[in-house]
Amino acid sequence: MANLEHESILLAHGGGGSLTRLLIEGTFVKTFSNRILNELGDSAVIESPGRQLAFTTDSYVVKPLFFKGGDIGKLAVCGTVNDLAMAGARPLYISLSLIIEEGFLVKRLHAIMDSIKVAASEANVIVVTGDTKVVERGAADELFINTSGIGALSDGISLGAKQVRVGDTILLNGSLAEHGISVLSQRGEYGFEANIASDVAPLAGMVQSILAVAPNIHFMRDLTRGGLAAALNELAVSAGIAIEVDEQSIPIRKEVLAACNMLGLDPLHVANEGKCIVVCAEDCDEKVLEAMRRHEYGKDAVRIGRIIEHKKSIVIGRTPIGGKRIIDMPSGRLLPRIC
Amino acid sequence: MNVLDRFSDTELAAAVLKDISGLANRMSSRTVRLMEVCGTHTFAIMRSGIPGLLPSNIRLVSGPGCPVCVTPPGLIDLAAEISLREDTTLVTFGDMMRVPGTRRSLESAKAKGANVHVVYSPADLIPLAQNAPDKRIVFFAVGFETTTPSISWTLIRAGESGLKNLFIIPANKLIPPALDLLASDKNTNVHGFICPGHVSVIIGSAAYRPIANKYAIPCAVAGFEPLDVLLAIRMLLLQLVEERAEVEIEYSRVVTERGNERACEIIDEVFEPADSVWRGLGIMPRSGLKLRPKYQHMDALLSHHSCENPALDLIGSGNSSEAQTGTFSDDSMPSGCACGEVLKGIKIPTECAMFGTRCTPDNPIGPCIISSEGTCAAYYKYGPNPYGKP
Repeated sequence: MANLEHESILLAHGGGGSLTRLLIEGTFVKTFSNRILNELGDSAVIESPGRQLAFTTDSYVVKPLFFKGGDIGKLAVCGTVNDLAMAGARPLYISLSLIIEEGFLVKRLHAIMDSIKVAASEANVIVVTGDTKVVERGAADELFINTSGIGALSDGISLGAKQVRVGDTILLNGSLAEHGISVLSQRGEYGFEANIASDVAPLAGMVQSILAVAPNIHFMRDLTRGGLAAALNELAVSAGIAIEVDEQSIPIRKEVLAACNMLGLDPLHVANEGKCIVVCAEDCDEKVLEAMRRHEYGKDAVRIGRIIEHKKSIVIGRTPIGGKRIIDMPSGRLLPRIC
Repeated sequence: MNVLDRFSDTELAAAVLKDISGLANRMSSRTVRLMEVCGTHTFAIMRSGIPGLLPSNIRLVSGPGCPVCVTPPGLIDLAAEISLREDTTLVTFGDMMRVPGTRRSLESAKAKGANVHVVYSPADLIPLAQNAPDKRIVFFAVGFETTTPSISWTLIRAGESGLKNLFIIPANKLIPPALDLLASDKNTNVHGFICPGHVSVIIGSAAYRPIANKYAIPCAVAGFEPLDVLLAIRMLLLQLVEERAEVEIEYSRVVTERGNERACEIIDEVFEPADSVWRGLGIMPRSGLKLRPKYQHMDALLSHHSCENPALDLIGSGNSSEAQTGTFSDDSMPSGCACGEVLKGIKIPTECAMFGTRCTPDNPIGPCIISSEGTCAAYYKYGPNPYGKP
């Protein structure tokens, strides 16, 4: 991909002229080449993939752009693919829009596009349309990405908070807080280093395996910003139920826990990018758990709690010493504390 | 198994709780009020659901050991004013960001364009100052004896390397004078102190002996895992049953009687005790720290004195040489806020009319709801007891 003679992105790359064309054809079409994208029409024209579609969009502004375990490109694919997967949909198409700060190094752009290619291929989606804007130095922080995605739902799949019932089991596909701590440690702001990789991963494959054995699961949610605590609290409120979680059952890797303790962060509040909860009826939880564990991104899957009867829509944690406490909704930005 | 896992072991906890229950029975005619002084203990207690596991006549009340909560709002205003100066970067611990002053918080100053930088360690100040020689780097130095050594060390280093652009707003405070005040205040009605673990690593458990002796009040220095707290409660109850008032160390894996003498020397090199205002508690003699003359040129409040800022006029007023700079009258609580009584353990957060209604972490009125060690924040986050007493 040595077709771009410039080392860094110029405002002209977004100007709509010959440099824009060069960027689109030399980089994007070359990297993501497929029949629909290659048309380069004003819109991608796609086959209607099924009776019910899932459609989602998300923007990615992570800093640093490259972190252990991934980069903004992989994140931009996985985040959107996972949102489709959580609706029970099979992801098919994504769009890719870039806002690039003037002066951004072309070779870094290429590295990120390559990473998008790999992630999209793993997630079985194709990039069918896109957009590029270049803004003046200082008007954006290096690179922002927006992706939208379309997925198809199989007949009979109906997931949502309204399906959740008292007695349902809550399953989690693996250990928590790795993305948040990885990124935080690599910002270098707090003089704290840790060799922790982000968990960023596309979950659509695992979800399809779950739906194959148990199409009647009730609810799924990926645990991004706000972590497990936010996802559980949102579920409790939107389903009008309460949740009890056995804290000891929640897997957290030792080094992640140590970093959280040091920074005074609750691992249940920290972001993940490859984790989700699955809520299903108690009588099929073993089957779902097995399906999850057979998959690479669910091999550490566990039961963490259940839906309970309670007058308030709250999340209650059973602590290791047998106590009970509220698992709260995170508030504000996570900041390390004094001691 | 990780060593720390043992400190949240289900069976060990059950055994200690059984002992606690037995001791509580022997005092069943009275309600025993034990105060955890330190905000980190309050969080550990609430987070592990300890209140719901204790016998009904054993109550835990929280003390003033949250450095953010006891920082006067006028000083937060002042720090925010300083942060808005173009030639200045205000550096702070993350906890301080969202605590309201009377006019604004550092977070809202940042949103207005102020240079506010969060650090995890005071040692980060040195490269910050070195890399921005044309900026004044002003650190909001809050904290108890736990954080003071690293601040002192940083100032010593800054002096040695000839840094001219590093300053602090000295707001560090000392725990023993606060305990003395609480023990002497009849309204607090405390029968035992769970003493802060990390402060004690520095000052040693012997620092509490005068208080235990003077007020005949048992003290136990505790660690921060659930079993640490349960074991400290057991120690205090046993002392009460046996009518002893001693200082015992539960957190013996890091705390000694004499403390970290080198750290104390470093503090003493840079700071000396001074009268200090505690938000909600008022002015307490020799309960804070001011810079010794050799380091006074690093006092941001002295060096900013000449700037045109009405807030700074307060610095001089009513300030004796015995007091911290920045000691001025505005330690007021917002109207209706019970943080002052909460910090003294007289009220629990749910007894404040604004708790959880007008005052929430998203809309903080007092400091205790927003600090990561604030008592109200712990109650709000983890609930006083989701299921009521078992």
